[in-house]
Amino acid sequence: MGLDVSMAVCYALPVLVSLLVVRFAYVKYCSGHPHLKLPASAAGMRCLIVLGSGGHTAEMVNVVSTLQKDRYTPRYYVAALTDNMSLQKARVYELSLVQREVDKEKAIENAQFVQIYRSREVGQSYFTSIATTLLATLHTMWIIIRIRPQVILCNGPGTCIPLCVSSFVLKVLGLGWSSIFYIESIARVKKLSLSGLMLYKLRIADQFFVQWPQLQKKYPRACYAGRLM
Amino acid sequence: MGDGERRMVFVTVGTTCFDALAKAVDSELVNEALLQKGYTHLLIQMGRGTYVPSKVTGNSTLQVDYFTFSPSIADYIREASLVISHAGSGSIFETLRLSKPLIVVVNEDLMDNHQSELAEELAERKHLFCAHPQTLQKTIEAMDLTALQPYVPGDAKPVVTLINKFFGFPVD
Repeated sequence: MGLDVSMAVCYALPVLVSLLVVRFAYVKYCSGHPHLKLPASAAGMRCLIVLGSGGHTAEMVNVVSTLQKDRYTPRYYVAALTDNMSLQKARVYELSLVQREVDKEKAIENAQFVQIYRSREVGQSYFTSIATTLLATLHTMWIIIRIRPQVILCNGPGTCIPLCVSSFVLKVLGLGWSSIFYIESIARVKKLSLSGLMLYKLRIADQFFVQWPQLQKKYPRACYAGRLM
Repeated sequence: MGDGERRMVFVTVGTTCFDALAKAVDSELVNEALLQKGYTHLLIQMGRGTYVPSKVTGNSTLQVDYFTFSPSIADYIREASLVISHAGSGSIFETLRLSKPLIVVVNEDLMDNHQSELAEELAERKHLFCAHPQTLQKTIEAMDLTALQPYVPGDAKPVVTLINKFFGFPVD
């Protein structure tokens, strides 16, 4: 009996692994191309917008204010739990889109605000970081599964890495599909940020933008399309 | 420049702790340099810093005042004739957008000092002056405000157009 089970595992495991590898290759191949051709009257795509302190949010609000709101809706804004300012700024922006007081309820349906655990706070001990990183990763996975974003927009705060990696894992597992757009922060002139470098090297982002031409020369797969600020 | 004209220098450290900058602007040499350039008031937003500048009032000298935080830094920037700021992109672009002369002082104590990249690049393009706490006095003495080039704000449209193209949306 025990032998049968181990035999079954021996046969099933390679099959499963090769299926995953094939799927992984397929997802990689599809990155950089839209997954589905959109019908002309698409109802709107669920958008995950990652915010962060230190100028990240201001840049992101500039992008969102230029987006066609009917195409990119509903919008889920994500920021770290300790970052009170960013979501507040996004909320102010979303409310500014609504002219009449009676429409405010509806506006909040189109825009939601999500807080996320940080894997590590500045100055946190190495040992407790392991537990908090695990917690943060599970929490991010849950958020991605719950929202199932079709579009992810981010520009560099550390919180975007677990979000992007989780959504990539879900793509490989066939549980959802999101196109990731990464715009490196304007503060990065000569070198990519750690988040940017990871997404660039792992080729997880479908489109990768930088805001300085000299940075594009250094990272040829990146795209330079002007400054956001 | 009339006698009664108020020309304020606004110093901002944002939400950071940047005592080296507060100390530098509070020094006699920097005060002297600012007076020489015709500034009358110095207002320091000191954030979480522990160094407390000395308040100075009186007509014959540079008048110094300070506070810790304010919800709207923009009002002070608007009022200022010169802004001296930490290297955070928020304050930099807020000041440039309001077309105020700007000296960015780089905090050398920060671990990951990528911030100096932005200040140096914008200084090279003549949109602002870039200094360190110990070179601030020299920068003020040597600065020529007429050499500054106005900053044309960026535009998110090209990026959004490419995102729209990616999804096959018609370009409008």
